Amino acid sequence: MGCVESMNYEIVLRDATFKESRDYIKANFKEFIDVQPGFKVFDVYVIGLPPIAIGLDGDFVIFPFTKPCHGTFLLRVEDTEEAARLRSLKK
Amino acid sequence: MEGDTTAKPETALLVLGCPQVPVQTSIALYLINRLKQTGFVPVVAGNKAANTLLVVADPDRHYLGEVVDLDRAVAQISDKKRDFDRCFVFIHNDAGVSYAATMGAISKAKLYAVVYGEHYEDQVKKIEFPCTIIAAKAVHNPLPLKKALDEVKPWAA
Repeated sequence: MGCVESMNYEIVLRDATFKESRDYIKANFKEFIDVQPGFKVFDVYVIGLPPIAIGLDGDFVIFPFTKPCHGTFLLRVEDTEEAARLRSLKK
Repeated sequence: MEGDTTAKPETALLVLGCPQVPVQTSIALYLINRLKQTGFVPVVAGNKAANTLLVVADPDRHYLGEVVDLDRAVAQISDKKRDFDRCFVFIHNDAGVSYAATMGAISKAKLYAVVYGEHYEDQVKKIEFPCTIIAAKAVHNPLPLKKALDEVKPWAA
C-alpha cells in the first residue's frame, strides 16, 4: 500500500491489536462510521474484523492500517474531500 | 467457480502472515504440494519477506506457482476482479486474525484459518467468524501443524 507512505499522516496508535484500534476510535471520537473489511479509505483497503470503525474529526479521517508484521496502526490524515465522502455514507 | 460450466481447476489462495515464525514457509510449501496433487492451482499472497522466503527455497518452482503481493491480492478480491475457491490464512498474531476476517468478508472462498506459534490458543479465541480452524502449537518444528493439516485434509474434495 505504497500510497500510505506518500500521505501526510500522524500515527495515533502503533502496533495495536485490531480490537484496541476499534475501541480507541469509539472512545475518543464522537463521530465514526462502521464499514466492512475491504472498504476503501483513500487508496487503502481496510483490514479487520467487521465492523471496522473509522473516526471523523472535522477534516481528519482516523482509520486502521494493518501490516502482517507490525499489527494495526491507527492513522490520522487531514483530507476535506475524503472526510465529506465518508460523512455522506452515514445513515 | 460458481456458474462456470467449463472444467477449470479449482484455485486456492494461501495468505501468508509475517514470516517471523519459522514453520510458515515449510507448511506453506507442504500445503501447496498437497493442493497441487489434488488438482488445485495454488496462489501465494504475502508481504515481500514472506514471498521471498518461498521463492528462494523453490528456485525452479517445483511447488510454487503464482506469487502475488498481499496488498494487491486484497485489492483485487475487494474490487471483485478475482476470487478463489479456497483460502488458507496463516495466523500467528493479531494481524493474521484480521486478514482472515477480511478474507471471510470479501471472498466467496471456503476459508481455513491455519493457526500456529507459541500463543496459538490466544489467536484461536479471537476467531469468531465462519471458517475451519487448523491449529497447533508449532514454532520451529512444523510436524504438529502438519499433523493437524493431515487430519483435516483441506486439499480433499
